[in-house]
Amino acid sequence: MRIALFATCLVDTLFPDVAKATVRLLRRLGHDVDFPLQQTCCGQMHVNTGYQREALPLVRNYVETFKPYDAVVAPSGSCVGSVRHQHAMVARRAGDEELAMRAERVAARTYELSELLVDVLGVEDVGAEYPHRVTYHPTCHSMRMLRVHDKPLRLLRNVRGMDLVELPGADVCCGFGGTFAIKNSDVSTAMLSDKMSNVLLTRAEVCTAGDSSCLMHIGGGLSRLRSGVRTVHIAEILASSADRS
Amino acid sequence: MTTFLGMPTAPSGVGMLRGEKPFPAAARDALADAQLRRNIGAATNTIRAKRAAVVQEVPDWEELREAGRAIKAATMRELDRHLEHLEAEVTARGGTVHWASDANDANDIVRRIVEAAGAHQVVKVKSMATQEIGLNEALEAAGITAYETDLAELIVQLAHDRPSHILVPAIHFNRAEIREIFLAAMPGVDPGLVDDPAHLAEAARTYLRRKFLTAKVAISGANFAVAETGTLAVVESEGNGRMCLTLPETLITVMGIEKLVPTWQDVEVFLQLLPRSSTGERMNPYTSMWTGVTPGDGPQAFHLVLLDNGRTAVLADDVGREALHCIRCSACLNVCPVYERTGGHAYGSVYPGPIGAILSPQLTGVNENPASASLPYASSLCGACYDVCPVKIDIPSILIHLRARHVEEARTEHALPTPEALAMAAASWVMSDSGRWARAQRGSRLGRRLARRGSIGRLPPPLSRWTAARDAPVPPKETFREWWTANEE
Repeated sequence: MRIALFATCLVDTLFPDVAKATVRLLRRLGHDVDFPLQQTCCGQMHVNTGYQREALPLVRNYVETFKPYDAVVAPSGSCVGSVRHQHAMVARRAGDEELAMRAERVAARTYELSELLVDVLGVEDVGAEYPHRVTYHPTCHSMRMLRVHDKPLRLLRNVRGMDLVELPGADVCCGFGGTFAIKNSDVSTAMLSDKMSNVLLTRAEVCTAGDSSCLMHIGGGLSRLRSGVRTVHIAEILASSADRS
Repeated sequence: MTTFLGMPTAPSGVGMLRGEKPFPAAARDALADAQLRRNIGAATNTIRAKRAAVVQEVPDWEELREAGRAIKAATMRELDRHLEHLEAEVTARGGTVHWASDANDANDIVRRIVEAAGAHQVVKVKSMATQEIGLNEALEAAGITAYETDLAELIVQLAHDRPSHILVPAIHFNRAEIREIFLAAMPGVDPGLVDDPAHLAEAARTYLRRKFLTAKVAISGANFAVAETGTLAVVESEGNGRMCLTLPETLITVMGIEKLVPTWQDVEVFLQLLPRSSTGERMNPYTSMWTGVTPGDGPQAFHLVLLDNGRTAVLADDVGREALHCIRCSACLNVCPVYERTGGHAYGSVYPGPIGAILSPQLTGVNENPASASLPYASSLCGACYDVCPVKIDIPSILIHLRARHVEEARTEHALPTPEALAMAAASWVMSDSGRWARAQRGSRLGRRLARRGSIGRLPPPLSRWTAARDAPVPPKETFREWWTANEE
């Protein structure tokens, strides 16, 4: 199976370790991973801010880039949500039915990391070891757009040496919301402070999630508080092994 | 030969649908009120848990939701025909139907009916439509006093405040505050009133009983109007609504045109969906239904005012029209992390929360004023509202659609693009080509110079709004693309 990594613009630029961990993990499981260099961004920021016309070339680029692959994996529930729920809509709105249909076909083969592992590759124990106290925040788009349900938790429960603690109020948004964090920064901050209180209640060393964007938000707040709690993407935990963690 | 005159445009809504400030500014005021946040947080968490418990016990909940959605969608497609059917049935059973194009029109119709009945006081059933049109204020200007009889609406009225929630309009007050309001504003109240719920309710009961027995005219809204028999329905918890619907001589019902359902079989679906979604009860305590006029029983004159006030304009938007499916349960408010922290007043409209953020700007016109234009952005798009909506209104998708409408309309209205539009266009140009994107990524490394102790604590505007409360990540020495090219290519 030809698996392509869609790193997402955020991970590619700011969190390369997350993409490296995704590659390492899939290779350890015996799969070949490619990173087509033509990729850029899914266009979600444009769509969610109202700029669908500007998102159109990004949708086209995504479809062209990933068309040849059997499966596309992204370490982000939010970006996969955009690919699956927005790409065809953006194309149709622009009157490009042909692109919309191609976008639907590529979207059907695009998976968030836990979906690829559990649904496509049929793995729940990836052989990881991570000797830390960890709490998991289910990101809104993975939970409500993709319905990944407990797939990430099933993967995490099989990680050796890890103390996985439940996050109170886990299903409440952290307040990121893309440009929401800028346009409605006060409300966003109020939501973040409640999320951080819950993370701190768990006494976890690490808060993990399947989206670097939400982790950048939660982690940015925890860092400002000098709380000592780190945010780590789930791909990095699943890629950890005894000799690397 | 025919001359094309363009598509007919529906008038936009007037009334209590617009805030004075854009949402971010209004929200800032609300966030500063710690007592308000505690009151609303406690109340929404309680209702949220109740709803979840009673929804969980219905095995066919998802099928019911789908049925509710399908009935609403089918009704909206032929709303014109159904409305005329409703009018014919109401008229045949002794009622009088009035068509109001907007809030001012509706207020005039109601005022004339009250004046013709020779009344100077009216009692009111809790109703969103009459809040929307600002009926109490319009009647007051004509020398007619309207008494709210729903306990929470009464509290809000006595406090000279505005409702902040669709179902629980006084959700922003706690018991101690309600006691203070009653002591200050309720005529004849016991000065020794204590703040437990039973005593507060008893005080309201004593006060309202006199109003029910003396009022000649009552005004209500409607949860449903069944077209096939011309029957109106109100569901409620207290029984005060039923007092209004049965005791006075004249009954006036103001109803948004989207409240219509074609048949009784349709009502069956909504009577299962609504109480569990709104109050978290299996069944609401009172369901009142009335059909025209019955000699010797109940009101002897019945007037139905059908209100448009922007609804036809909403119906013209093939994505946004789903907002008209709303049955006003307020489940979306109770699960919304934004509403929970700001309360309802920040939305500036009588319709707050997620449903308000998609309904209010459509009723007024998205770009008609800065407050309406800000509402589609008053959401982190977390999607909790969509999950609980009993008629499956895809609120996040409509928010995104309205944001696009806002941007597109602004493009045609203004010659010069906004800084945001310029930034988005630039980002689109850069990101539509991987070569340009790779060069821009390298440029982001300049941000490394801003790093202090492993993070960035201060960024220039508008990103300063991020760094006001959060550190920003330091760009890495090497992007993933660069690492891949060096190690894998």
